[in-house]
Amino acid sequence: MAVANIQVSETPLVLYTLRRADDALILGHRLSEWCGHAPMLEEDMALANMGLDLLGQARELYTYAAKVEGRGNDEDKFAYLRDVRQYRNLLLLEQPNGDFARTMVRQFFYAAFADLYWRAMMRSTDATLAAIAAKSEKESAYHVRHSSEWIVRLGDGTEESRRRAQGAIDELWAFTGEMFEVDDSERGLIDGGIAIDPANLRPQWLKTVSDVVREATLVLPDNNWMQQGGRSGRHSEHLGHLLSELQSMQRTFPGATW
Amino acid sequence: MYTQALNTSDGDDRHIEDATRAAQFQARIDADERIEPNDWMPAAYRKTLTRQISQHAHSEIVGMLPEGNWITRAPSLRRKAALLAKVQDECGHGLYLYAAAETLGSSREELVDAMLAGKAKYSSIFNYPTLTWADIGTIGWLVDGAAIMNQIPLCRCSYGPYARAMIRVCKEESFHQRQGFEIMLTLCRGTDEQKAMAQDALNRWWWPVLMMFGPPDQVSQHSDTSTKWKIKRFSNDELRQKFVDATVPQAQFLGLTIPDPDMKQNANGNWEYSAIDWDEFKQVLAGNGPCNRDRLAARRKAHEDGAWVREAAMAYAEKRRQRSALQAAE
Repeated sequence: MAVANIQVSETPLVLYTLRRADDALILGHRLSEWCGHAPMLEEDMALANMGLDLLGQARELYTYAAKVEGRGNDEDKFAYLRDVRQYRNLLLLEQPNGDFARTMVRQFFYAAFADLYWRAMMRSTDATLAAIAAKSEKESAYHVRHSSEWIVRLGDGTEESRRRAQGAIDELWAFTGEMFEVDDSERGLIDGGIAIDPANLRPQWLKTVSDVVREATLVLPDNNWMQQGGRSGRHSEHLGHLLSELQSMQRTFPGATW
Repeated sequence: MYTQALNTSDGDDRHIEDATRAAQFQARIDADERIEPNDWMPAAYRKTLTRQISQHAHSEIVGMLPEGNWITRAPSLRRKAALLAKVQDECGHGLYLYAAAETLGSSREELVDAMLAGKAKYSSIFNYPTLTWADIGTIGWLVDGAAIMNQIPLCRCSYGPYARAMIRVCKEESFHQRQGFEIMLTLCRGTDEQKAMAQDALNRWWWPVLMMFGPPDQVSQHSDTSTKWKIKRFSNDELRQKFVDATVPQAQFLGLTIPDPDMKQNANGNWEYSAIDWDEFKQVLAGNGPCNRDRLAARRKAHEDGAWVREAAMAYAEKRRQRSALQAAE
């Protein structure tokens, strides 16, 4: 018996919250794939730590989205019973782990944004989002510190680590623009003070990223063509495989409680 | 790497250790004093503990693999977070234990290399596969339950760093054990399919879990001296019996059947179990369990794939050291 996807009534606030929840879940899931396979035990601990922070953020955001939506959905229905086209995460975050450099560059690009984003969202007029922001900001501050230290070590380490780190930057750069995009549904929330305009964060993000990349003796690409589509469910091919694994139990045993 | 002298002295010590020091050492043990890293100790005590603590550390690290196998497929977000946190705890236990082993004079690198080379052992239980979600519940309930039974007495082990590490490890393990039992309880209260999944997992794990306590007392190689040194306070069979007696009522509460139809309770209230297939245990120890090759291959791959990262970190640290030396000279 196949399990149907849930229907979501994507009002602006529900959609907005789901997008951030999906970001956290998908990146958290990617980090959890490392567990037991990291380059050193200390890094196994750190990757799991960041993964757990993100899973925690996802759960709070899904729960809030469910409450706002008020149609009987919950964190697990959002996570396990939507298909690729219903997922709203950034393309950057669904990109495969690749090697350790790829994982760290992905983490760094996102965390450098998330830290600024959550700090700004602490002033949201929506009390729940502001509270989630306050907790998430503390977590993402650590994620920035941890990942930026690795970018510097890898860039300024050996020839091989430098080549891998530069390669990861070149591969992932085109996915960074999507973090700053806003559509009509978000515009109203920004005007109402519920959301913040991410475009305002871009100069500070670029400064943080440029400073770290320079210290790492690496360079940012000239190419400024940016991919987008994640926010409206047009994903890379990678997400479907991630979801088929993530959702396998819920899809195989419909309606069971675990 | 700082321990060359200690290591090379291992073999020769036996001849030069004077009887007085050995007697004083044993008197301290008998008086329940803790032995600390800088205290004199017989070479064989050092060697026994290094073997035991490092095997324990390897078990924590290899043990991340069977459970890690389900992190990406955990059936709810709550279970996913709990499982990731649990496997992370195991990694933490591995780290404390390697640190405890290092106080005896072997570096983490050499201990890990011995494991990757297949020269050091880890718990045989991790050479069995996790096939369904119920295996995650069963590992928490039974494997962690058995580990606690083994480890609680180690909190009073004569070697201070090991005893202290065990206190923290046991606290976390008992949390994991309750979490595992709760997974089983949820399955046993669920659909028929879930109950069958729970029973199937118990059927597969029961006998390997009993083997975790090691060979029967009459053939155990290490017990006598370990007991004299208060590293081991209960025999394998004593611990195995305690575990069985604690577990039978839990299985009954869950409504699961232990796969031992001849098991019966004797006049003392102990549950008498049937003969354990020690040939299977020997085969798994010899490398022929269902997952021995996969487990070692996964650890070797992580180690080899991560080599360039560790080299980069070392190279960067060295560059920084040189730069600050240069700055200081200016």
